[in-house]
Amino acid sequence: MLSYLGRRLLTMMLTLLAISALIFAIIQLPPGDYLTSHMAELQAQGEAVAGEKIEFLRRQYGLDRPMVEQYAVWVLGLLQGDLGYSFEYNRPVSEVMGDRLLLTVVLNVATVLFIYLVSFPIGVYSATHQYSWGDHGLTFLGLLGLATPNFLLALILMYLANVLFGTSIGTMMDDRYVNAPWSVDKALSVLAHLWVPVIVIGTSGTAGMIRRLRANLLDELQKQYVVTGRAKGLPPGRLLAKYPLRMALNPFVADIGNLLPNVVSGSVIVSAVMSLQTTGPMLLRALQSQDMYLAGSFLMFLAVLTVIGMFLSDLLLAVLDPRIRLEGGTSR
Amino acid sequence: MDERTGGDRLPHYVSDAPFEVETVEKLTAEQERYYLASQWRLMWWRFRRHKVALVAGIILAISYGSILITEFLAPYGLESRNTGFIYAPPQAVRIVHEGRLVRPFVYGFDYRLNLETLQREYVANRGEVQPIRFLCRGDPYEFWGLIPADLHLMCPAEGGTLFLLGTDRLGRDIASRILYGARISLTVGLIGIAISFTLGIMIGGVAGYFGGWVDSVVQRVIEILRSLPELPLWMALSAAVPVTWSPLVVYFAITIILGLLDWPGLARAVRSKLLALREEDYCVAARLMGARPGRIIGRHLLPNFMSHLIASASLSIPTMILGETALSFLGLGLRPPITSWGVLLTEAQNIEAVVLYPWLLLPMVPVIVTVLAFNFFGDGLRDAADPYE
Repeated sequence: MLSYLGRRLLTMMLTLLAISALIFAIIQLPPGDYLTSHMAELQAQGEAVAGEKIEFLRRQYGLDRPMVEQYAVWVLGLLQGDLGYSFEYNRPVSEVMGDRLLLTVVLNVATVLFIYLVSFPIGVYSATHQYSWGDHGLTFLGLLGLATPNFLLALILMYLANVLFGTSIGTMMDDRYVNAPWSVDKALSVLAHLWVPVIVIGTSGTAGMIRRLRANLLDELQKQYVVTGRAKGLPPGRLLAKYPLRMALNPFVADIGNLLPNVVSGSVIVSAVMSLQTTGPMLLRALQSQDMYLAGSFLMFLAVLTVIGMFLSDLLLAVLDPRIRLEGGTSR
Repeated sequence: MDERTGGDRLPHYVSDAPFEVETVEKLTAEQERYYLASQWRLMWWRFRRHKVALVAGIILAISYGSILITEFLAPYGLESRNTGFIYAPPQAVRIVHEGRLVRPFVYGFDYRLNLETLQREYVANRGEVQPIRFLCRGDPYEFWGLIPADLHLMCPAEGGTLFLLGTDRLGRDIASRILYGARISLTVGLIGIAISFTLGIMIGGVAGYFGGWVDSVVQRVIEILRSLPELPLWMALSAAVPVTWSPLVVYFAITIILGLLDWPGLARAVRSKLLALREEDYCVAARLMGARPGRIIGRHLLPNFMSHLIASASLSIPTMILGETALSFLGLGLRPPITSWGVLLTEAQNIEAVVLYPWLLLPMVPVIVTVLAFNFFGDGLRDAADPYE
């Protein structure tokens, strides 16, 4: 188990390194940098540009140095918790991000939990009651959920909330807590507002999960040992929980590798649409204004979130399934 | 003549009558049709049984057919403004007027600006009947940007209006704009999938056929790409598309971006199939006869599972359509004057406007219908992909 853990940790580090290079390349893609576009903007408005200040900033943040060096500085900074400097806000990135990171983590973890909690009982019900009315209805709902894009769902919900209740649901907490320090009340307020975005982001993931769990469990239920068990008079509930459910649980957990990137993607666009106080809207703004370090830090953060999530799910799988931890990397 | 008593041996006998398989084992016409059918015909028969997929396929065929003659189908032009009818609501087509059945018509509008809410209010004027004209001369257009014409399937009455789905903040007909938007939204997925298909087959093919370190490198790259959330990456890449590029170039850049991140799934499928198939006898034979890797992969290996690949590709088209819609909606993808469903939906970003004029949300209907149809269609294709099972 320990050697598996070590190997898995090492691949995670290398993956993150490769991702950081990729992200750095992407945020460097637009021609020019924030300072040039900022300067052009100021000149267009007829303002005098303090050339010295720009030159100073450029030197300060190493924008005049070669790419590789800039990358090295950025990565080393990241490792030390220095996320760089936001040109647009004129403050260090970590200050600008504030508690958005925490809220993003809360939102994503809550969504994943929601998906598992909802899809598990429904999936089991659908599989054990195959072709019943309940199964058909749930399957249809699931297909609809799978096909409705989450940001459109967010729009519809916002519209309905506005028309029916006259309130705006696009927030993560009551207004008075937005810039307040963390307290129990603030946390409770976040929890009270969390359910709308969680449902919006989680719908398609839940639908997919139900479909897969149902298929897995149906496969398992048709096997000989289940028939044998039933023939020998094992009570249905016990028969289900003892073997087939455990077998079907394995892919259920393993699937987090597909689920997590989707949830994170969904949370970005949904929070951009609903302007939640998470990374989404600010990432969008940063990308539009070429605020490269801010955008880069957000992208890196989202990548770290998924990679760590997958790492945890792999560990969980290894605990559940001895075949994985014993065979290690050769099973690929 | 008993052999055991030791008489003459029988001479070797061969019948001169021609041997006909059919006369020995007679196939019914039904069986014959089935056994002689080609793979594609078998797939079609199997696909046909999947009723929902068939309906989805027909819907898709109609949608894609419509983009060939958009100019003719749309009652208005893409940019024609009706300045007197800003934010006009959808007009219902009616056929009963004062208890009598008449040809299809719409009621005209009475317009009034609510000075308290500043909302534009339109009321159907029951006295003003505007019969819809069919196959008529309306807004002039250039068919496919080449041939000037002005023939439309249906037009408003002379001096009247025909806003089947309402108008937007510039008084442009939303129904016509949705029809024009289909041109962009539906083709984005096709071009994107063509790019990802090519990349997936080439990369997966090389990895699966050669194995070894090439395979390991490709596997690592795939793992990294799959662990990244797709949308933020799409956002970052399309934010890098310079504002100065012409709309058409931006369109192609966006399709390339969508295709660039989608290949890992396909490459993985190709790789695992090739790993198994390259050890087959016919493949060894081809190699011994001096066929090059490109020929072996393309001629002997890929056709084995092409149908599977096409089926799984058709399942990832909706992802791309949604990706484009999301990007354009956020203002990072396509920009006017190019009009896609996502661009139309940017009008719905302002929730206050949507509350007053909910028909601004209508462009999401074709998005959802198309995505659903592609999902069902792809499911049916996947089931039909292996007719020999």
